[in-house]
Amino acid sequence: MSELASPSSAVRTGTLEIRSLTTAYGPVTALDAVDITAERGKVTAVLGANGAGKSTLLRTISGLVRPEAGQVLLDGTDLTRAPAEAIARAGIAHVPEGRGVITELTVEENLRLGALLGSSRRRAGSMPQSDRAGRSLAQVYEMFPPLAERRRRDAHVLSGGERQMLVIGRALLSGPDVLLLDEPSLGLAPRIVAQIFGLLRDLVDSDGVTVLLVEQNARSALSIADVGIVLNLGRVVARDSAAALAADDGLRHAYLGF
Amino acid sequence: MQQFLNVTLTGLGQGAVYAAFALALVLIWRSTRIVNFAQGAMAMFTTYLALTVIEGGQSYWVGLAVALVAGLVLGAVVERLVIRPVEGGPELNAVIVTLGLFVALQALAAILFGSTFRSFPAPFDLRGFSVGGINVAFTANSIYTIGAVVVVMVALVALFRFTDLGLKMRAAAFSQEVSRLLGVPVGRMLTLGWALAAVVGSLSGLLIAGGSLVFPAYMDAVIVYGFVAAVLGGLDSPGGAVVGGLTIGLLLSYVSGYLGSELVALAALAILVAVLLVRPQGLFARTAARRV
Amino acid sequence: MAQQIDRTGTPAAERAPAAAAPSAAAPGPGRRFAALRRRMPRSTFGRHALITLAALVAVVLVLELTSPFRNSQFATMSYYAIAAAGLTVLTGLNGQISLGHGALMAVGAYTTGLLLTGDGGLPLPVVMLVAAAVTALVGAVVGAAAARLHGPYLAGATLALAVAVPGLAIYFDTALGGEQGLPVASPHVPSWFADAVYFLSANETPTAKYLAYVGWGTLLLVLLLLANLMAARTGRVWRAVRDDEVAAELAGIRLGRVRVLAFVVSAACAGLAGAVLGIVVRLAAPSGFTIVLSLGLLTAVVVGGLGSLVGALLGSALLVFLPPAVTNIGIGAGLDGTQAAQLAPFVYGVVLVLVMLLAPSGAVGVTKKLWNRSRKNRRGPSTRRTG
Repeated sequence: MSELASPSSAVRTGTLEIRSLTTAYGPVTALDAVDITAERGKVTAVLGANGAGKSTLLRTISGLVRPEAGQVLLDGTDLTRAPAEAIARAGIAHVPEGRGVITELTVEENLRLGALLGSSRRRAGSMPQSDRAGRSLAQVYEMFPPLAERRRRDAHVLSGGERQMLVIGRALLSGPDVLLLDEPSLGLAPRIVAQIFGLLRDLVDSDGVTVLLVEQNARSALSIADVGIVLNLGRVVARDSAAALAADDGLRHAYLGF
Repeated sequence: MQQFLNVTLTGLGQGAVYAAFALALVLIWRSTRIVNFAQGAMAMFTTYLALTVIEGGQSYWVGLAVALVAGLVLGAVVERLVIRPVEGGPELNAVIVTLGLFVALQALAAILFGSTFRSFPAPFDLRGFSVGGINVAFTANSIYTIGAVVVVMVALVALFRFTDLGLKMRAAAFSQEVSRLLGVPVGRMLTLGWALAAVVGSLSGLLIAGGSLVFPAYMDAVIVYGFVAAVLGGLDSPGGAVVGGLTIGLLLSYVSGYLGSELVALAALAILVAVLLVRPQGLFARTAARRV
Repeated sequence: MAQQIDRTGTPAAERAPAAAAPSAAAPGPGRRFAALRRRMPRSTFGRHALITLAALVAVVLVLELTSPFRNSQFATMSYYAIAAAGLTVLTGLNGQISLGHGALMAVGAYTTGLLLTGDGGLPLPVVMLVAAAVTALVGAVVGAAAARLHGPYLAGATLALAVAVPGLAIYFDTALGGEQGLPVASPHVPSWFADAVYFLSANETPTAKYLAYVGWGTLLLVLLLLANLMAARTGRVWRAVRDDEVAAELAGIRLGRVRVLAFVVSAACAGLAGAVLGIVVRLAAPSGFTIVLSLGLLTAVVVGGLGSLVGALLGSALLVFLPPAVTNIGIGAGLDGTQAAQLAPFVYGVVLVLVMLLAPSGAVGVTKKLWNRSRKNRRGPSTRRTG
């Protein structure tokens, strides 16, 4: 597993490349030959309606689902058939939709799990760049004061927004090269969504993390994304800069619903 | 009064052992949602290994070490070979697999070690202390039994509360998917959980055997009492298992002391049914609802 | 949930080709089988009755042509099969596991022992019916408690029952005989019966053979009733509750009542089995109803294929005919008698685990699968799908 994490000959930039990825659940093809490249320091937003294959995309990248065909490359290293825990150690942090908080553990224990992954990555030498060496627990508490207040409480007392903060903070503690975010705006009040997305943008700008953001809430996502990709029934139907996508009325009406 | 005292003391000693056994069941239930009905048979088997070592001329403590190490290995092997394929599948399949293990191990023990009753040594004196001229049913061996259980409990609490490994094991038990996404090797944690549980189970098997007789079926009733204790405590809660174990130990001791020892199993059944019908989430569960 | 466990109901895919088979130019057994099917009565009950009648003829032939030793083995098999048939209805069809069927059999056996007083007492059929009724009553109580439980909880509760009930016999030792057990009077062979057998086969009817007849007669009756119950609305409701209790409840099925009914039917079978056991063994003793008996029954239904009556029959045959064979092998391999006797339960346990890991649908399920596959292959490659 450690050979997966070791830097390849290519320069470590945190570039995530997805090549003609195809995933099926039995007879249903959820992803059909999807190509996406997410670059370092950029937010790539994957948009689409329910059932477009967005969550499947992230689950396939992070190793929770086996693809039928295609490749997932991180800086040129093939991670396609690696188990989820090895992919996490290689530096891809998947923040799953909604249920990412382990509610039976305390807030701090949830965060410690992220920090444990970070320190094992540091030991394995797969986190070489100092600017992305991972945040410390103190920094995360500073970033999200509500978490600091409830550090000793069980995580199930947290509100939806606080849970989102917790899972993002936990991911940051592992010092990821790539952050996969699944519907971070789901079920949150618009004010909280704006707050979290703003924070995300700042993080990308300051830390240079690669973010692949999956969202139904296209308007908010495009407001912080650099690149937008539209999925429909498992296929990429549009790919452009976020600004151009937001300006394309036809596309917006056809696939994004705003 | 003296009888009440004796019955209570006996109940406490037995309760400690049931608590350990229930704890082993809870550890496995928490991580894999499986009730390990083979737990008793596994403990019986490792106790026989210890007896073989002791009868071979080694001390009780060597036997104890052998039983615990054998439990560790047996637990890990069982999880890897036969439990892993049914994990997450239909719950009836897992139940049947553990029952199959139960039958197979019991028969294997009878083949390898014989079906006759054999006495198992106790490491400490089995004569009751005398308090003010009255002999009470509390022996040096009961102190050892309770002490051993307490040591194991403290060690487990320390492991789960204060170590990174314990945190990872708990994470893997509560949410496999999230744990994998956080780089926790879930499979290894589950194997380790079964191994640890089997060690605790082995210890309880050995403590029950101490100063008493062993035969291949000697743990059969203990499975039931341990299960009742675990359910009483909520099946999810290690603390509940301990309290449940002590409660069951005391209640059954009173039944045995005042009504007749043949009714102990029936009393356990009655307690189980009462708990499941009246307060299915157990007396000490944290989560409000539980599907039984 | 029950997806892996059981494939009892004939799947639609299997029924359709059976109807189409005569038109397809399928030679060999397939066609003959289809022709046989066409000649069977149309009503399910008629078909079951015909099969039962054929089975009765087979039973008479087998019992008349085999040795007294085999006769007693068949008698043993009959009570295992009655109990296993009841258990397979409960576990396979309704999804409720029971490790307490040994205890329920004990209720039937002790009832029989108390009521059957040799001369001048109640006649045997009445005693057996009362045993079934008493056990059904106990089953209703257990079932009412069990209806709210599932999976491991139910297994644990019924395991507790299996451990607890023998203690009752010891506690009430004046009435129930304590550790030594309660002797069960051996029923007389009715003269009309012996005459009938003599008329048919010119054989005498010793008690052992008569008991085998009683056992198998009861078994066939039980199978007939259960088969009809399974094919009727009750069976469909049981399966619906097993497969998806939420959907079943939304469809207006009252889960609790359905579960209790399944338990009552299953317990009545266990009671009958206990009655037959009592008169065959001539003793009802706590040592005869240990957990091993309950787990043996579970082995029988799992190995045969959960939810299948034929599977229960096959599994019971295994319970009777496997131990002597395995024991002989053990003695041949140099084990002493008591060790070798433990080889059979060892094999049960290993088989339980292996069946669950390799073929959760049991013997009947595997046979069905193979049969379907071979038929599909014969129909040509065009109908085969890859993936």
